[in-house]
Amino acid sequence: MRVILRNPRRELEVSGKRRVKELLLELHVLPSTVLVIRGDELLTGDAVVGDDDVLEVRPVMSGGGA
Amino acid sequence: MKCKKCAGPAALELRRHNAAFCSPHFIEFFRKQVAEAIHKHRMFTRDEPILVAVSGGKDSLALWDALLEDGYQTAGLYLDLGIFDYSQESKAKCEAFAASRGLKLYVERVADTVGAPIPDVQKATRRPACSACGLSKRYLMNRAALEHGYAVVATGHNLDDEAATLFGSVLNWQMEALPRQSPALPSSHPKLVRRVKPLYRLSELETAAYAFLRGIDYIVEECPFSTGATSLAHKELLNRLEEASPGSKHNFLFGFLDKARPAFERLEDVVLKECSRCGQVTTGEICAFCKLADRVKQHV
Repeated sequence: MRVILRNPRRELEVSGKRRVKELLLELHVLPSTVLVIRGDELLTGDAVVGDDDVLEVRPVMSGGGA
Repeated sequence: MKCKKCAGPAALELRRHNAAFCSPHFIEFFRKQVAEAIHKHRMFTRDEPILVAVSGGKDSLALWDALLEDGYQTAGLYLDLGIFDYSQESKAKCEAFAASRGLKLYVERVADTVGAPIPDVQKATRRPACSACGLSKRYLMNRAALEHGYAVVATGHNLDDEAATLFGSVLNWQMEALPRQSPALPSSHPKLVRRVKPLYRLSELETAAYAFLRGIDYIVEECPFSTGATSLAHKELLNRLEEASPGSKHNFLFGFLDKARPAFERLEDVVLKECSRCGQVTTGEICAFCKLADRVKQHV
C-alpha cells in the first residue's frame, strides 16, 4: 500500500495486510495525533488495510506559542 | 468498530469518551459540544453578531462552520502575518471558505500596523516569532472587532491548545496567566471585546475529523515558525500521557477550570488604562503592541 505522510510530505510503500493501529505502531505514530484517511473516509484503528490501498496519515497537531 | 449511537461503521474512535461514532453521529456530537460550551459560559446570544478569527487551519474553519450550521450571525477576520507562502495559502483557504458560503471576511495585514511582517519582526526583536505573533493577533483582533462593531471575538482554541497552555503556565508558575485562562473572557473595559473559545471541549483530533468530514478545505501544513515551539513540546508530552491514560488532558483542563481557577482569579487585581499612543487597553502607559512596533521601527 502507498502511505502518504505530511509535514513534511513524503510517501512510503508498505506491503501486506494489517490493521491501521498496527501500521501506526510501525510508523511510530500515536493514533490520537493523526487522521488516517482512505479516499473520502476516515479509518479507525481496527480497520484492515492492504496492498491496494492509498492512505494519508494526516497530523492533527497545530499551533505555536500564541 | 461500531458507532455508539446507530451501530453502523465508525469513522472515529474517542477513547476519552469510551465511544466511537459514524460520520453523521460524530458531527452531531461535535455540534452538541460546541453548543454546550456556548451555553455553559454564556459566550454569546443568537442576536449578537460574532467575529470569528480564522487562520485557514482546521480549528478556526471548523468553528466557523459549526456556528453557521447552528444559525449564528458570523463574519470572519483573517490576520495576514506575512509569513511567506504559508500566509498566502492560508488566506486563500479563508477566502474560499467565505466566498463559497457568501460570508463577510475582513482581512488585516499585520505589517500595516506593526511596521513589518512577522519574519522581520522576529529578526528585529530577536525573540521567538510566536511571541510577537500572539501579541499582534490579540491586539488586532480586539481592534478590528471594535472598529467593525462586534462585541465578541470567537477563536478556534481547542482542548489540546488549552491543556498545553495551562501546562506551560503551571510549569513556570505564571501567576498572571492562570486567572486569564478561560473559555470565555468577559469585557473588563469598554475598549476590550469579549473573547470566547467555543471549541475548548473538543480535541485536535476531533476538530480535524470534523473539518475533514464536513469537506472543509483547510491548510494542513504547519506555520514554518512553529517548528521547535515550546507549546508543541508540551502538546507532545500531553499526547503521550493521553495515550497511556485517556481523558488526562480533559481532566487536567476541566479540573483547573472547575476547581483551581477561582482561587487564582481572586489574586488578580489589575487596573486597566488606555495606551497613551494608540488608545487600546493596557496595564501600563504604553501598550505592549506599541512597544513592539517601536522596536520594529528601530530595526527595519
